[in-house]
Amino acid sequence: MAEFGSASELYHAAEKVRDAGFRRWDVHTPYPVHGIDHAMGLGKSWLSAVVLVGGICGSSLALFLQFFTQVSLYPTVVQDKPVNLFTIPAFFPVTFELTILLSAFAVVFGLFTFIMLPRWNHPLFNSPLFLKFSDDGFIMVIEARDPKFKKDKTKEFLGELGAGTVEEVAY
Amino acid sequence: MADTNTAETSVHPSEAEGVAREPLVLNNRSMGWITNRICGIVENRQPLIWWVLFVPSVALFGCLLFTLVYLVSTGVGVWGNNQPVAWGWAIVNFVFWIGIGHAGTLISAILFLTRQKWRTSVNRASEAMTLFAVMCAGIFPGFHVGRFWMVWFLAPVPNANGIWQNFKSPLLWDVFAVSTYFTVSVIFWYIGLIPDLATLRDRAKKGLAKFLYGFFALGWRGGNRQWRHYEMAYLLLAALSTPLVLSVHSVVSFDFATSVVPGWHTTIFPPYFVAGAIFGGFAMVLTLMLPVRKLYGLEDLITAKHVDNMAKIILLTGTIVGYAYIMELFISYYGANKFEADAFHLRILSGPYTWAYYCMFFCNVIAPQVFWFKWCRANFWVVFIICNFVNAGMWFERFVIIPTSIARDFLPGQWGYYSPSWVEKLMFLGTFGMFMMLFLLFIRFLPVIAASEVKGVLPENDPHYPDWKKLREKRRSAA
Repeated sequence: MAEFGSASELYHAAEKVRDAGFRRWDVHTPYPVHGIDHAMGLGKSWLSAVVLVGGICGSSLALFLQFFTQVSLYPTVVQDKPVNLFTIPAFFPVTFELTILLSAFAVVFGLFTFIMLPRWNHPLFNSPLFLKFSDDGFIMVIEARDPKFKKDKTKEFLGELGAGTVEEVAY
Repeated sequence: MADTNTAETSVHPSEAEGVAREPLVLNNRSMGWITNRICGIVENRQPLIWWVLFVPSVALFGCLLFTLVYLVSTGVGVWGNNQPVAWGWAIVNFVFWIGIGHAGTLISAILFLTRQKWRTSVNRASEAMTLFAVMCAGIFPGFHVGRFWMVWFLAPVPNANGIWQNFKSPLLWDVFAVSTYFTVSVIFWYIGLIPDLATLRDRAKKGLAKFLYGFFALGWRGGNRQWRHYEMAYLLLAALSTPLVLSVHSVVSFDFATSVVPGWHTTIFPPYFVAGAIFGGFAMVLTLMLPVRKLYGLEDLITAKHVDNMAKIILLTGTIVGYAYIMELFISYYGANKFEADAFHLRILSGPYTWAYYCMFFCNVIAPQVFWFKWCRANFWVVFIICNFVNAGMWFERFVIIPTSIARDFLPGQWGYYSPSWVEKLMFLGTFGMFMMLFLLFIRFLPVIAASEVKGVLPENDPHYPDWKKLREKRRSAA
């Protein structure tokens, strides 16, 4: 684990770690650093696909709920509105709201699945240096599980990248 | 990433000559300072004024509980509404509170999509305000149904005769709109809170605070493999909330616009209600944030620039509202509907509630016009006073729309006059107590500014910022 002095240094270090071919590593920052996805070689987040599915479920559920109850199960003739397929304008608001609601649920559950939280315990929390990430620290972590990881060499490598402090965290 | 190389040598867009912008965080504050200042509010003892405000708020909240118990145990007859004015203060207050909520979502969602970076210092508190306002709003229609224990009839569940809710009714649309709005706002607020809860967790030393902040931070580690999904989630929620917030007040306005009552039956209602909601909401944001920034020393984060921007939004939306008022009058004059013309004639000239119309018009349309002058936007006393005019004016707007239209219906034989009973008055005051109480508790226990987002808008925290070393030295010497 290494601490860097600024977003810029971290960014350039990340580019080099990416080019060195490491796989299991991450940078921990107080805020999302602009453009660092690119420096880490990460692509677009496909959370949007999950949300699309959530939204489609929401609109189908709403249309089913309304047509089934209002048109086929128990048609109630009120306000002189039709009880057939042409009732659809009156069903728009509820369909819209349920689409948004289920999409929002998809955001939350999709997000927590993608980032694998909640996970309250993690070896990194044992390091006081690591905890600076939530204040003003720029931390880079290369995991020992990475196939390219070699204890002393990786430590040296991080030092060469311009890290202020390099330390080991027991895994 | 073509700009990666060029950015090292060229001037950053925020500092180019002629278009340089005011910094969003003043006095060269560092990230450490931001963390300390924002978390310090939660960690240190509250100033005396917090207690001075909190105790009466709790007392007023007690009044609310008392009036609710009295209402349920006695019956809705304790309210002043009756035929013809079946919708009295309860519905006025509902629309008033739900409108206030809209500014929070506007700041958090619409300003996010339009990349207005200044939103970062005010979005957290405004979202909290949204939630508390929607809670206050929900009380009124809930108890307005008469038999509160039957309120589950609103949920899409068939009753004992197998009859389902009428999905063609705007009132049911409203149930879906408001409950979706509340749920999505909670989600948005909580997702935004997670990184800051992690900061509080890492700073908390022991005991319950560490456990609770840790529990709700869900073990956030701020890794970029988390941030990239988090950012997408935030963007998606903003994109979902933007049409949602526009739909909510539109649906609220359908409650009126789809009826045939003269004065309600107009197509201008949805945009007019949405503009009014944002207008009133921003006034409430400023009413809350001006004292907060002063009391907790947040002047470097919520700067004169922020107040100036919000005052401009108030001016813009207030003018839209003024346009809607005048357009309503014009259409009632120009249209051939006798009843419509009469409703507006009674509203502005000879009706029993003309005083309310002129209160509304002065507070909402005339008072905010002072924001054309820079001096008025820069003087926070002026801003505070005008915002309170707007708060009052927006309440009067709903009062003008709701009871005055139904007090003068089609048949003169049905005409009546409505005035609220003491229960309604106390209940309304009570919701202010509840709102203030919740907001003060929010200040006490949660970070009132989104620290992680503010850190992201410091110029040197952009990895492509050319002179970050110089700027960091400046911040170090300032500290």
